Amino acid sequence: MSNILIPNPKEAESIHIIREVAAQFERPVLLFSGGKDSITLVRLAQKAFYPARIPFPLLHVDTGHNFPETIAFRDQLVEELGLELIVRKVQDSIDQGKVREEKGRYSSRNTLQTTTLLDAIEEFKFDACIGGARRDEEKARAKERIFSVRDDFGQWDEKNQRPELFDMLNGRIHQGQNVRVFPISNWTELDVWEYIKTENIKIPSIYFAHKREIFIRDGMIWTANEHVYREPHEEVLEEMVRFRTVGDMTCTAAVLSTADTLETVVEEIKSSTISERGARIDDKRSEAAMENRKKVGYF
Amino acid sequence: MSDNRKLIKIATAGSVDDGKSTLIGRLLYDTRSLTNDKLEAIERNSKQKGFDFLDFSLATDGLVAEREQGITIDVAHIYFSTEKTNYIIADTPGHVEYTRNMVTGASTSQVAIILVDARKGVIEQTYRHFFINNLLRVNHVVVAINKMDLVDFDEDTYLNIKGDFEALIEKSNYSFEQVTFIPVSALKGDNIAGKSENMPWYVGNTLLDHMEVLEPQDLKENTAARFAVQYVIRPKTDQYHDFRGFSGKLHGGPFAVGDEVTVLPSFTKTRIKSIHFFDQTYEVAQPGSSVTITLENEVNVSRGDMLVKSTELPQSAKELSAIICQVNHTSLQVGSKLILQHGVNSVLAKVQSIEHLIQTDFSGEIPADRLQLNDIGKVNFKLSKPIHYDPYTENRDNGSFILINEGSLDTVSVGFIQ
Repeated sequence: MSNILIPNPKEAESIHIIREVAAQFERPVLLFSGGKDSITLVRLAQKAFYPARIPFPLLHVDTGHNFPETIAFRDQLVEELGLELIVRKVQDSIDQGKVREEKGRYSSRNTLQTTTLLDAIEEFKFDACIGGARRDEEKARAKERIFSVRDDFGQWDEKNQRPELFDMLNGRIHQGQNVRVFPISNWTELDVWEYIKTENIKIPSIYFAHKREIFIRDGMIWTANEHVYREPHEEVLEEMVRFRTVGDMTCTAAVLSTADTLETVVEEIKSSTISERGARIDDKRSEAAMENRKKVGYF
Repeated sequence: MSDNRKLIKIATAGSVDDGKSTLIGRLLYDTRSLTNDKLEAIERNSKQKGFDFLDFSLATDGLVAEREQGITIDVAHIYFSTEKTNYIIADTPGHVEYTRNMVTGASTSQVAIILVDARKGVIEQTYRHFFINNLLRVNHVVVAINKMDLVDFDEDTYLNIKGDFEALIEKSNYSFEQVTFIPVSALKGDNIAGKSENMPWYVGNTLLDHMEVLEPQDLKENTAARFAVQYVIRPKTDQYHDFRGFSGKLHGGPFAVGDEVTVLPSFTKTRIKSIHFFDQTYEVAQPGSSVTITLENEVNVSRGDMLVKSTELPQSAKELSAIICQVNHTSLQVGSKLILQHGVNSVLAKVQSIEHLIQTDFSGEIPADRLQLNDIGKVNFKLSKPIHYDPYTENRDNGSFILINEGSLDTVSVGFIQ
């Protein structure tokens, strides 16, 4: 007691947004990837509703190519906080013939996730999906709204977005529409890391430097294992690496690093000269890669 | 808390080709906020286009359509920071038809940068940008007189433009703003982060230094505490069996445990029993905090209700007069019925009368029977229930609202209560 609360403006804004979701929607869900951004969202949601529980479930769209460390972390977090977790698998969408596995050098299940996600939205009638996307990640995301309305097909119409004025959020939608909500829109990568450090939030071990079997392609460090396509001449090496972003193994490149604590990771980010999405192989496909994926309902 | 640096939100405005994107790209470049891979993408793109300089505008022009047309068509958010400050720029397009984007960008900003092309001087677009700035009461205005390299860094050109703009300030009736003039070349980097060697006659701060010395208290608005209840927290667990907390974001002033508060609209009086933020309790919450509050008495409070100090009651009315900016293709006319969202509270509203349109070039008012996209006008409303507001001039958050079309459910207007 006898203390004064001085707000962290970005944290206070995010909590405001998360409470609006709980108040304005009937069936919200938090899209949880096991990455640092969605882990941060879970902490913000805890803060928004404490001492009550988070009043919506988590949804994990599992590509089947996740790092095992991420899955173990996810299960532990859900258990500790007593959260409800829904898992839907890309493998099931493949088995049902809804999507086809990509083949070859750059094959990934990353784009296939969209179908599984849209099916889950329909199955559970989710009207709001909370995600950890940030505007600083990528230039198409710089124009994303905090409440982003999607049609029945999950599509983003970037030319017809609702203006968002002051901190008033309009989540009114028609039957069949849903809203993607981005509470940490205004955070930067460094904001997230500094928050994780200050709040002492647990994160999966792959964010810290560790020894890993890798191979080099196009100047990027790829994980060497059975899920990642590798040409015979691409030699497997063992290096100290860590991940700055955690998608699945087929689309997340590692960086050489010895940062094995939150302090050293934050220092590394501060002095880093490669942006976070530079380590995402899926964005390198073309200049407009992200915008094209968003239009068809990608998270 | 985790980040003690001040946070400054900036809106940028300028006409097509004023070099706004270049200015932002230059700020990112000079604060080392562009990472190697982004810089390489810019170099690659600039080379493809056959430029012999770095085209920083490519750092911000995000959407494919914009890259094709070379214009900015929506509000983009850009982030950078220095040792002392976190910055967020809302980059808004400068065409006449995009007034709505400028209003949107300015609604969350404390600083506005208005670009003027040194070769063209103050033009009609400049009037419009400054007008919107005044309407939204953005306190700190920087007039960046850009492309000084193309007028041989001539002081007289700068002074003439400054004089023209000062004449414009005379016409405006907003007395709180601070206007600062800085001659710059965004393309060459003069007076953006580094002092220009080409303009020794200019003795003021560079653009970045000017923003670095703004103090947080200059940026905040301190009036009366307003706490709109977003969500009622009832854990219903054994440990918190009787806990009934009201969560929301505090605006305008602090709340302390023991403060006598009035609950609106019931006008019930009670006291603040406790202030919670996550697993901690506090004696005082500063404005801007997202907190949970418990009250001493069992009073009926639900979403949309407002807690205020009993000595600082806002105004309450079922009839409103407001300046409206139309931000959607549908028009607003006498008889239109809409949803009025004031903070987190919603009521129904009907347009009683439209007094006039306000011309954003300071040329006065004209009669009208409707407001169309990008129009600004004075409108009178009748509401289904009273709302508890402050005039926009006294409290930005509690003095503004949005209007939502009942059919499309889109946000169609923004209002500033008179």
